Amino acid sequence: MTLYRATLGGTRYVFDDLRQTMAAATPLRSGDELAGIAAGSEAERVGAQAVLAELPLKTFLTEALVPYESDAVTRAIIDDHDAAAFAPVAHMTVGQFRDWLLSDAATAPVLARLAPGLTPEMVAAVSKLMRNRDLIAVARKVRVEVAFRNRLGLPGRIGSRLQPNHPSDDLKGIAAGILDGLCYGIGDAVIGINPATDSVANAAGLITMLDDLRQRYAIPTQSCVLTHVTNSIEIMNRGAPLDLVFQSVAGTEAANDGFGVSLPVLEEAHQAALSLGRGTVGDNCMYFETGQGSALSADAHHGVDQQTLEARAYAVCRRYRPLLVNTVVGFIGPEYLYDGKQIIRAGLEDHFCGKMLGLPMGVDVCYTNHAEADQNDMDLLMTLLADAGATFLIAVPGSDDVMLNYQSLSFHDIAYLRNSFGLRAAPEFEAWLEGMGLVDEGGHLIDGTAGAQRLLGGAVA
Amino acid sequence: MSGVVKDPWARLRAATPARIGLGRTGAGLPVAASLEFQHAHARARDAVHRAVDWQALRDALAPREVIGVASRAPDRATYLRRPDLGRRLGAGGEALGGAGCDIAFVVADGLSADAVQAHAAAVIGACEPQLEGLSLGPVVLAEQGRVAIGDEIGAALGARLVVLLVGERPGLTVADSLGAYLTFDPRPGCRDSARNCVSNIHLKGGLGYGAAAAKIGWLAREALRRGLTGIALKDEAPELEAEERGRLAGD
Repeated sequence: MTLYRATLGGTRYVFDDLRQTMAAATPLRSGDELAGIAAGSEAERVGAQAVLAELPLKTFLTEALVPYESDAVTRAIIDDHDAAAFAPVAHMTVGQFRDWLLSDAATAPVLARLAPGLTPEMVAAVSKLMRNRDLIAVARKVRVEVAFRNRLGLPGRIGSRLQPNHPSDDLKGIAAGILDGLCYGIGDAVIGINPATDSVANAAGLITMLDDLRQRYAIPTQSCVLTHVTNSIEIMNRGAPLDLVFQSVAGTEAANDGFGVSLPVLEEAHQAALSLGRGTVGDNCMYFETGQGSALSADAHHGVDQQTLEARAYAVCRRYRPLLVNTVVGFIGPEYLYDGKQIIRAGLEDHFCGKMLGLPMGVDVCYTNHAEADQNDMDLLMTLLADAGATFLIAVPGSDDVMLNYQSLSFHDIAYLRNSFGLRAAPEFEAWLEGMGLVDEGGHLIDGTAGAQRLLGGAVA
Repeated sequence: MSGVVKDPWARLRAATPARIGLGRTGAGLPVAASLEFQHAHARARDAVHRAVDWQALRDALAPREVIGVASRAPDRATYLRRPDLGRRLGAGGEALGGAGCDIAFVVADGLSADAVQAHAAAVIGACEPQLEGLSLGPVVLAEQGRVAIGDEIGAALGARLVVLLVGERPGLTVADSLGAYLTFDPRPGCRDSARNCVSNIHLKGGLGYGAAAAKIGWLAREALRRGLTGIALKDEAPELEAEERGRLAGD
C-alpha cells in the first residue's frame, strides 16, 4: 500500500490517500477551500507537493481518484491509455518527470509522442510541482497542429475566436460585431456565437447567417454556434451548414450528466460532423469549452481538486480530435477562482495540461465583476499565454460581452500580441486579410479605413 | 457608394450595444474609450462592494413592519468566497416567528447594493396591489444574503411563499439589476429548480416595476393556488413579456 507522507525540515506531513494529497498540493484557490479539501496551511501544501514528488508516475494507472466502476470519464482515461507511449517515462516519479520536462531532452517531437501515454492525473500532478514560469516553458515546447479551413497551432502564430454575441441574437447586431472583429484581423480560430436563446431553430438561423457571411467574403475560417451537442445533431439532420460541433464538458460523468452530455452522444456528433466533410485543409471539427470549478458547482466533484478534474475534462476532449478547446478560466466566479492571481495561475495550468495531453489549447482570458480582478490581470495572462504558445484566445468587442455579462479580451488585445511579439494569424486567414487590405505583409493592421470600407460595403450590398 | 464616410461604424453601432467601432491607436484603445470602459467597470465593482444603507431602505419601506437579519457571512470578502455561508441565517434570526402568513418578502443584498437600494422598496410597493386578499408577513432585510437564505427565513416566519428580492451580478452596462425569486413552502434544502425567477428588473431597458409586479403577482397567486413553484409553473406562465415589457419598461 502506498503511504502518502513526507518529512520536510523536521516536520512530518501525512495524508490519507492520493486524492487528499493531490488536493492539498494544489496552489491555493477558493474552489478547493469551498469544497473543504484545500491544504490546511501553506507548509502543509508544500508537504503534499513533496509527497507527490516522490510518487511513481505509474501510481496513477492503478489508483483512480474517481472510481473506474462508477465513472465513464475514468474508464475512458484508463481504457485509452497507450502503454507504449508511456514507456519512456514509466520509471519516473512525479518529481523526476517535472525535472525531465524542463530539461532539453523533452523536445517538441518527444512530447508529442508522449501525449497518448499520459493521463490527466499525471499532468495535473506534475503541474502542482511547477511554478508559473515552468508551466510556460514546457507548454511552449509542445506543438499541436490542427486544421479545418485554415491551419492552427503553427509556430510563431496565435489564433483568435471572434465572439460577436448579442443580447437578443439580433442578426444585424451580430454581423456588426463580426465586421468590427474582422477589421482587427480576428476570427481565424472560429467565428463563434453564444446564442442568447438556446433552441434548434434559433441556432440554425444563426449558423446559416454565419455561413452566408463567410461565403460572401470567401473567408478561410470556420463558424460555430455554441449550442448543445444534441441541438447540433438535429441541426445537421436538417441540413444547415454546420462547421463545428460545440459542447461544454467536465471531468466527471456526473458533471457531464449535468450538462446533458455523454461520451456516446459526443461520438455520434463527431461522426456526423466528419461525414459533412466541410473542412478544406483538415477535418478537426469539434469545439469544446471547459473550466475549473464546473464539477464542484454541479456537486459532482468526488472530493477531487478542481484543477485535476479540469485536466480530466481534456481526456474527454481528446477522444474527438478537436479543432479547438478552451478553458473559460475566470467566468465561473470568485468562489472558484478568487482573484487575478488565482485566475492567472489556473489559466497557465489549464493551457499546460491541455497541451501535454495533445490538445490545441486556447483560453478565454476573462473575469466577472464580482471577482477581485480587472483588465490589468487579463493583460498579464494574455501576454503569458502568448509566450506559452496558446493556440488561440477569445476576443469580444471592447472586452465587454454584452450577452454573457463578463469581460474577456478585446480585438485590440489580439492586435497587441501580434504587434508587440510578432505573432501572426493562421496563414490562410492572414493571406485573406492581406488581400482585403486589412493588414500588411507583416501581418500588422493597416491605418486608414480603406479595408474597413471594403468590408462594410460588402455588408450593405 | 460615397467615399466620404466620416465614421464607417456609425450605422452599425445602432445595431448592437456591443463596443464596436472604438478606433485604435497602434494596437491600443484610444484614451476616451479606455476611460469609459474603466468607469463602467468601476461602477460595477462599487455596486458589488458598497454596503446597502439599510436604514434608508427601512425608511422607504415604512410603515411596514421590517425585521433585519444577517447571513453567516461576516463580511463581503467571505461572502464572495463562501456562497454556502450567504445562504444560511445568522444573527437576528431569533426575531422571526409569529402567526404565519401567505407571503413574506425578503430583501437580500446579493451582488448589487445599488439594485437593492434603488428598486427593492418600489417593487414591493408595486406588488402589494397585485396581492390583495393575501396576508403579507413582515419584510425581512437580509445582510450578506443569497437567494437560499429566504428558505430559512420563510420557514421561521411560517410563510407559505417567499418572494426574495436580490441584487443581481452587475454588468458593465447595468449595475443595478434586481432579481425576484419565488419559493413555495420555503424550508432549508429547497432546490433551485423549485423556484421561479423574475430577473432583470431595472429602469435602463429592463423590466420596469409595473411589469415585474404583474409577473410576480401572477406567479405568487398561481404558486399558492397550485401549491408549487419551479419548472412546472414556469412552463405555463402566460406570455406577459414582450408587449407588457415594452409598455411598462419606462415606469
